[in-house]
Order: sequence, then C-alpha cells, then structure tokens
Amino acid sequence: MIEIDSVTKRYGETAVVDDVSLALPAGGITAIVGPNGAGKSTLLSIVARLAPADAGRVRVDGLDVASTPGAVLAKRLAMLRQENQVLARLTVRELVAFGRYPHSRGRPTAEDERHVANSIAYLGLEPLQERFLDELSGGQRQRAFVAMVLCQDTDYVLLDEPLNSLDMKHAAAMMRLLRRAADELGKSIVLVLHDINFAAAYADRIVAMRDGRVVFDGPPEGLMREDVLESVYDMRIRVEAIGDWRLAVYYR
Amino acid sequence: MIGRLALALVGLAVLASASLVVGVGDLDLRGLVTGGADAETLRLLAVSRIPRTVAVILAGASMGIAAVIMQMLFRNRFVEPTTSGGAEAASLGLLAVALLAPDLPVMGKMLVAALFSLAGTALFLLLVDRLPVRSTLIVPLLGIMLGKVIEAVTTFFAYRYDLLQSLAAWTNGDFSGVLRGRYELLWVAAALTALAYLAADRFTVAGLGESFTTNLGLNYRRIVTLGLAVVSLVTAATVVTVGTVPFLGLIVANLVSMLAGDNLRRSMPWIALAGAAFLLASDILGRLVRFPYEVPVGTVVGVVGSGIFLVLLLGRRARFG
Amino acid sequence: MSSEAVSSWCFSLADGRALADERTPRRTRIVLGTLGAAAALSAAAFMTVGARGDWAFVLAFRAEKLAGLVLVAAAVAIATVLFQTIAENRILTPAVMGFDSLYLAIQTGAVHFLGSRALVALDPRLRFVVETAAMVALSGLLFRWLFLGRRRSIHLVVLAGLVFGLFFRSLSSMVQRMLDPNEFAVVQDMMFASFNKVDTDLLAVAAAAVAGSGIVCLRLVHALDVLALGRDLSVNLGVDHRRLVTALFAVVAILVSVSTALVGPITFFGLLVASLAYQVAGSDRHRETLPAAILIAIVALVGGQTVLERVFGLDTALSVIVDFAGGLAFLVLLLRSARA
Repeated sequence: MIEIDSVTKRYGETAVVDDVSLALPAGGITAIVGPNGAGKSTLLSIVARLAPADAGRVRVDGLDVASTPGAVLAKRLAMLRQENQVLARLTVRELVAFGRYPHSRGRPTAEDERHVANSIAYLGLEPLQERFLDELSGGQRQRAFVAMVLCQDTDYVLLDEPLNSLDMKHAAAMMRLLRRAADELGKSIVLVLHDINFAAAYADRIVAMRDGRVVFDGPPEGLMREDVLESVYDMRIRVEAIGDWRLAVYYR
Repeated sequence: MIGRLALALVGLAVLASASLVVGVGDLDLRGLVTGGADAETLRLLAVSRIPRTVAVILAGASMGIAAVIMQMLFRNRFVEPTTSGGAEAASLGLLAVALLAPDLPVMGKMLVAALFSLAGTALFLLLVDRLPVRSTLIVPLLGIMLGKVIEAVTTFFAYRYDLLQSLAAWTNGDFSGVLRGRYELLWVAAALTALAYLAADRFTVAGLGESFTTNLGLNYRRIVTLGLAVVSLVTAATVVTVGTVPFLGLIVANLVSMLAGDNLRRSMPWIALAGAAFLLASDILGRLVRFPYEVPVGTVVGVVGSGIFLVLLLGRRARFG
Repeated sequence: MSSEAVSSWCFSLADGRALADERTPRRTRIVLGTLGAAAALSAAAFMTVGARGDWAFVLAFRAEKLAGLVLVAAAVAIATVLFQTIAENRILTPAVMGFDSLYLAIQTGAVHFLGSRALVALDPRLRFVVETAAMVALSGLLFRWLFLGRRRSIHLVVLAGLVFGLFFRSLSSMVQRMLDPNEFAVVQDMMFASFNKVDTDLLAVAAAAVAGSGIVCLRLVHALDVLALGRDLSVNLGVDHRRLVTALFAVVAILVSVSTALVGPITFFGLLVASLAYQVAGSDRHRETLPAAILIAIVALVGGQTVLERVFGLDTALSVIVDFAGGLAFLVLLLRSARA
C-alpha cells in the first residue's frame, strides 16, 4: 500500500502539489489524470523519491521513502519517467538487464537472466534485443524502458505517461500489457495518463488532479460523468455510452 | 537623454583625470593647477599620461561598438571578437607578419591582422550557419573553441620561432607601453566606430533578421559585410596597439542593452561611453593594486569581466526552469 | 543508502563480472590488447630511443620521467571518464570546466599568502596534500552548484565552465603580478604545461592517489554503468545518487590535482582521450572504457613525447598539439550535439 500523507511541493510561490493525501491499496491499476500542470508527474516523482517533498510524507508498505535506503526501495518500487535520455550506447538487452541491478548488484545469477529474458519476451522485444537504443523508434525505445522496470520485479510500478510517443496500435497494446501485468503478475501499477478514455477503459481506479489538489478519487464510472469531467478539465465534455462502456468526447 | 549623456561624460572626464594623475613618475599637481608646472611634468603628461588615457578611451569605446555590431549581426548576446575567434585570428595575422614581413609599417600590420580577423570571423559565421538549432549558448561556445584552436596554431609557430614574447603582448591587453607615437592607430578604430554609428539604423534592422531586413528593401548581405569589416578592423587595431581584452565589449553591450534597449542609434553612444569608462577604471585599478608595479588591464578585465559574464550567464531567469 | 550497504555492494562488485553479458568481449580483448601493446612499445621507445652514454644513468633518469607521464595519463583519463559519467554528458571535462585552472589559482594563492620562502621550506608532498584538500573542497562547491542544483542546459554549463577557467587563470596571473618578482619566478613555471619537466618529488604520493582512484573505479565499475543511465533511472535502481556523485567528484578533483601538480594544465587532453576511448571500446561499459582511455592516454603522452622530443627535438610542443587536436575534437562534438 502506498500512503501519501499531506504532501506539498512548491516551486517558488506556486504549490505544484498542494497538501495531497491519498491511499493507494496494493494491486490493480490506478490512473492519475488531469490537465497540464495539475501536479500529476510531480506527485509520482515524490512517491518514487526522485524529487523531495517540501512537506508531508510518503510510505510504501510502511517504509518512508525519504528515509529508507534507496537499495531497499528499489526492490519494491520502480518508476519510469516520461523522458529517458541515456548517455551510454546500450543494446535493448543490456538496458533491460539493468533492471536486475537492485537484486544482482552487477553479478547476475541464472534467475536474473531468466527475468531479463521474460521481460523482453513480455514486451515482444526479442527481435530487437541486440539492437542499440539509438537505432530504435521512439515507441520501441519506450517499450524497452518499460521492459526494464518490469524486469526490476517490484510490487509497485509507477509510469509517467507511458503512452507518450506510442502510436494507436502500440498504445492499446501497452495498456493491455499493463492490465495483464496487474492481473497475472499481481503488480500494483500507478500511471499518469493524458487520455481519459484509456484511463477509464483500463484502470480500476482513477485519481483526478487539478491545480495541485486531488479533485476526484474513485472508480472510472464515477469520473466519466459530464459534470465531474467539467469540474476537472474546465471544459464541456460529452460522455457517450457504448454498451456499458463510457466514452468522453471532447474533440469538437 | 542629452542631460544624462552629459552627466556620463562628466563621469568619464573624472576617470580620465584620475588616469592622468595615477602613475609612478612624480606629477607636480599643485604646479598644474596653479599654472606653474615644471617642464618635466608637462613632458610626462604629453608623452605618456595623455596618450595612455586617450588610448584607453578610444580602445574601450571601439571594443564596445565592435561587440554590439557583432551581437546584432549574429543575433546573439554572447558574441564579440574574443568569443568568435576574431581576436585570436588577428594575433595569428600579426604572427604571420612577424615571420614573413617583419618590416611592414604598422598600418600594414594592422591591415593584415584585419584580414586574418575577417577570415576567422567568416569561418565562425560558416560554422554557426551549419548549426541546425541556434541555441543561444552554443554560438559563443563554438566561437571560444574556434579561438582556442587558432590560438594553438599561433602558439605552435610562436614557440618554434621564438616569438612567444610578442605573442604575449598581443594576447594580454596592456596599456603600460603606450607612448606618444605608438597608439595613434586607435584613432583609426575610433573613426571606424563613428562610421558605424552613421549606419546604426541598418545594424538595428539587421538584428531583426534577414527576411525582415530584405522586406524593408535593405541589402542584408551588404550590411553584414560592412559590419564585419568594421569589427575586424577595430579588433586588429586594438590587438596591434594594446593586445586583447577579453569580454569587455560583450559585458558593456549587455549592460547597456538592459538599461537602454537595443535601438543602436540611441544605445551606441552609451555603449561607447560605458566601454571607455569600464576600461579606464580597470586600467586605473591595474595601476593601483600593486603600486608601483602594474597589473595589465587584460588581466584585470579577465577577472572582473569573466566574473560579470558569469553573473550574466547564470543569472538569466527562468529560461531553463 | 547506508554506508554498509554501499561498502557491501562495493565488495560484491570488486571482481566485476558482466551484467548479463552475451556478446563475448572478444573485440574488447583485441582492442585492449592492441592498445596495451602500443602503450608498452611507447614506453620502451621512450626509455631507449636516442640514449647515449651511461645506460644505467639514462635508464634511471628516464624511468622517473616515464613514471610521471604514465601517472598523468592515467589521472587525466580516469578523471575525464568519471566526470563525464557523473555530469551526464560527453563534451564536458574537468579541464574544460576550468578545474585545472582552479588548482593553479590555489597554488598561486598559497605562494601569495605564505610567501615563497615558507613554501620552499615546506615538504612538497605536504604542500601537495594541503593544496589538493583545498581543491577538493572548492571544486566540490562549484560542482554542486552547477550540477546538483536546478537543472541547467548543458550548453550553459559548458560555457560557464569555460568562463570559470578564464576567470581562475586571470585570477592566478593577477595574484602572480602581486607577488615579488622573485616569488613570481616560482609560480610562473606552473602556468604552462610541460611534459618535459615532471615534478618528480611528487611521484610517490601521485602514484598512491592514482592507485587509490583505480581501486575505487574497480569496485564501483557496475555502479558507474548504472550512473550512466542518468539520475532518475539510477535513483530508481537504488543508487544513492547524490552521495555516489559527490564521492566520485572528490576522486576527480584529486586526480586533476595530481596531473596539474605534475605537469601543469592541459585543457583538451582528457576530452581527446575519452572521445577516442568511447569510439574504440566495444561498448560503453566502464570496465572497457576506463582501461581503453588510460591506455590511449599513455600511448598519446609517452609515444607523442618520444616522437616529438627525441625525433623532432621539440620539447614542449606536445601540449600545443594536444590543444589543437582537442579543440578540433570539441568543435566536432559540439556541432554533432547540436544536431542531435
């Protein structure tokens, strides 16, 4: 369970994350949505101890992320940011193998090798595994990084806009894959998403943020209502029902 | 505006008087004021102090103007002769003269140095044009590196032909050797800056970009050529007579632009004044700090100037979040 | 991360085996073997070419110089590769950032405040240790400010580094001018790199410093690879980023002090050596790039010095040639980085 307790983060005068408290139980997919600048990515970074909070605290399975040794947390929680520029020239396989570092400390066992192979297979990267990252398309590279955090084999996986730079086909495939990881491997996945329809279609739970605060927290059906969406995005959004599936229409 | 300019001129005059008085040789101040100065004092003034002060003022003003013209033409605030390879190329030119035609008169030396400087700046322009993104900072970075490469070539030959001493004179600005008869080339630089002032509006327009300039019916290439020619000649003249002073023009042009904007017709007099005052103050500081020895002005500006440059660089707000 | 965690992982890394390494390091072995042979050849040539007279004397004399050059080569190579990894880019080097100029400024400052007479009386090794400590502290502050504070663009940091270099150099020459003329003579020698005049008093302490850094690198060789993934990913993988980077930077500062104290400032040597090492080493792993960089540095320095000094009779020209080639390499890297 991830407990976020009165977390605040300021840049200068503005509070990007403003006194947020949330409890994310283990298991399933939680999507964080909201307009640009709502503080979604910052909140995720604080949970993953990539950025320090100015106030409040975050605990993962009871461990305070600010004081727990990084090596301990790295076995429980993995996070992937949106932009990943890697200086070194690595092959896909080498990158994915880095996911084992918290476990192997650079001396991989047969089990580590198995994890690497599984992750590569899970993301369908076998044909690309000996290619260098800088030879891949943006979408392929994104999949390689997701394979790396899955290879880290943590209970919690945090992904900041994992659909960025993926085309429609690969975006849908990525969401199906994450759904499978949650269902089959029992992972708790928290992700920031831009597209509320993807969030509503795949997440078990949605947290909506606006101006650094949580304005909605509940199942997708609760969010996918015209009045709720308007209050989050400050624009009129029609909600159409196709069977029991609700679709937000905001294109015109 | 005129009033403030006059006030600034008075300030410069005060600095200039200080520059006349500071020095190792004894100056009979009371005699000067009462009109009964002895011949020795007058000679000291005429041969050394006045030429030095005038040289500093002329050099400072021209360096400021040269820098602001370059900044307009490259549309980049961090460009000036010492951040674009121009000054280093001028030293290479002087080295070539010293090796191949040591008897050339000083005017000839300057012209050769100016040609080298022009070539160096043109090479810089070529490199900058090859940059796909014109990140503001990569442009001066490229220029400084180009300067270092040219400097390495110069040092290599200076070392082989035992000219390191002369090289040091061209690379580190120093006014202590300025005497009557040895600085007059700087008047040429000053005349060129005056000429540039007549074309001030054109440079302002060129600073808004090639298409904008062409839209107004002006010939962009001609403006660029004129500007770079003036800059090269000014650089050559200062390098020949007093050596290189790093970042001086860059700093002055930036400070004035913050206070008075970028309309050159309005800001050029301020830049010239500020350049002269800054160099004069640095020169006086260099003479006082280890009296009776002198610290060359190039070194003083190297400390003060790079300090201010760093503040300009790192103090820039918000662009990178 | 707790200190015992750090040290236990240091030890577990000590015998550095591959992290999921399928591609046989055959190519790497060939490359490193060739470079090693070239380095040995350079050393042999340095010892023997043009020797006349009493061989025992010549060999002893040259061995000392050779040791100095090898130490400088290793110090510059390790410092540059480490620095590029922790600074997360491959244009910057400690020398381009002006750190060797900072060391010069510290040396000149010491002469200024203590006076040359006191310094001559002082054991040069003690003086080196004190100056290096000052260097670690001051450059560490500068580094933290530029790199560990808010994110700045790479070009800004590089430009600021170059200007810092000029600032420190001007400051040194300013302080030099403030000295008595005879004190001036003491420091003037330090301002120019000369591979011909290695300061042999410091060989033992320099060797200890270089060997110590070598051991640190060996133990951290996998952590360095993780660090090269960038701050966010290395934090995610459980590396105590801030602490590791701070410690590694101290190593860099010590190595810069070593090379500057031994031969003087050499701005572009590290850049040249590291860029070549990334090109020839089979992968970007530190267990390949570090040795490759060290060997290339030895070949360039010892071999270059042999050729220039013994064959062409030019003694200090090597530093100028290195500056020229290194400056060109920098321009190429810069133009390429802008295109990426």
